[in-house]
Amino acid sequence: MTDDIDTLAVEVWRGDARGGGYVAYAVPRRESQTVLDVVTWIQHNAEPALAYRFACRVGMCGSCAMTVNGAPRWTCRTHVRRVAKAGRLRIAPLRNLLVIRDLAADMAPFFDKWTEAGGTFAPTATRDEPAAEIPPETPERAAADAGIECINCAVCYAACDTVAMAPDYLGPAALNRAWTLLNDARDGGQAGRLKAVSGDNGCANCHSHQSCADLCPNGLNPTAAIAGLKRRAGRAWLRGGA
Amino acid sequence: MTASSAAPRARIHAGAHRGHPLWIVWLVHRLSGLALALFLPVHFLVLGLALNDPAALDGALRWMDNPWVKAAETGLVLLLGLHLFGGLRLLALEFLPWSPRQKTFAAAAVALACAISAGFLLSAV
Ligand code: SF4
Ligand code: SF4
Ligand code: FES
Repeated sequence: MTDDIDTLAVEVWRGDARGGGYVAYAVPRRESQTVLDVVTWIQHNAEPALAYRFACRVGMCGSCAMTVNGAPRWTCRTHVRRVAKAGRLRIAPLRNLLVIRDLAADMAPFFDKWTEAGGTFAPTATRDEPAAEIPPETPERAAADAGIECINCAVCYAACDTVAMAPDYLGPAALNRAWTLLNDARDGGQAGRLKAVSGDNGCANCHSHQSCADLCPNGLNPTAAIAGLKRRAGRAWLRGGA
Repeated sequence: MTASSAAPRARIHAGAHRGHPLWIVWLVHRLSGLALALFLPVHFLVLGLALNDPAALDGALRWMDNPWVKAAETGLVLLLGLHLFGGLRLLALEFLPWSPRQKTFAAAAVALACAISAGFLLSAV
């Protein structure tokens, strides 16, 4: 422990889609404590009805993201030491999504947009055919590899001011996914995908703030992916497509 | 599509994703664009009035010797520089292959704009 505080002053947002507010809890400070540990302590010791999500606790599943002191974070791998200010934590559901209850946001629109952006792999071969050989050093594969470690946590989506202004914007995660598939030689759905990401809710909306890249817990850069989409979409438009 | 646009969102405290360097240059680009849209017409109007009326031009030139006016003109050059180089940075970001040095480019754009407006100020005094 790097601070001398033995109790954290934690405010947790409680409520549902109709409204709510912050409720204060005093939580014992522990060594190597994560924000998810704090939320779990509250649920075990103070507020059994507190709703929140987690599964893996090791940064794999992407289900534990919340707003912590004003910024979206994966709570299972965010240490209190890094984010608490003078022993204070303010924990809320993710921004840019509706709340179901307490810290659990409704992720449905986020995942719907993955589908809308052409995020479904369109196979061009069956399992009976030999596996495709993809040389890892091609520029396309390198571009896809840079974006595939996404855990669908919606941290980037919550950090995006454009989603906040234009709620139908597909957002950083869905567009990043589309970019990885657009660079996948095995995929056969490129025309439809390019159309989906070039549409009214697509890549042209992005203002390149790079807040998404700044906060992505896996160090991905959706802004770079979206810039790639803008180039592909622009090229298609010049060729008289789109 | 989804109900996301219509239904109310939770009133939560969330704004700490802002304020990082690349977000700030985005804001600077926005604000400089707005400020230019407001002040450039005024600038041209004053010039136009002066050019149409030689007597007024003398008055205008004297008025432009005023240190406040020089400061304002320097501000206008700074805004132009920020918006121009910021815009070139965005064009490079969107149309050239991706570079991981975005913060360096942003700093260079701001530095160039500052250097040019400082040069303008020095030549004006
Ligand atoms: S860079 Fe684009 S996707 Fe990322 S936060 Fe800004 S608008 Fe959203
Ligand atoms: S891109 Fe990063 S922040 Fe966005 S959903 Fe994927 S892992 Fe999370
Ligand atoms: S609980 Fe799985 S990523 Fe945090």
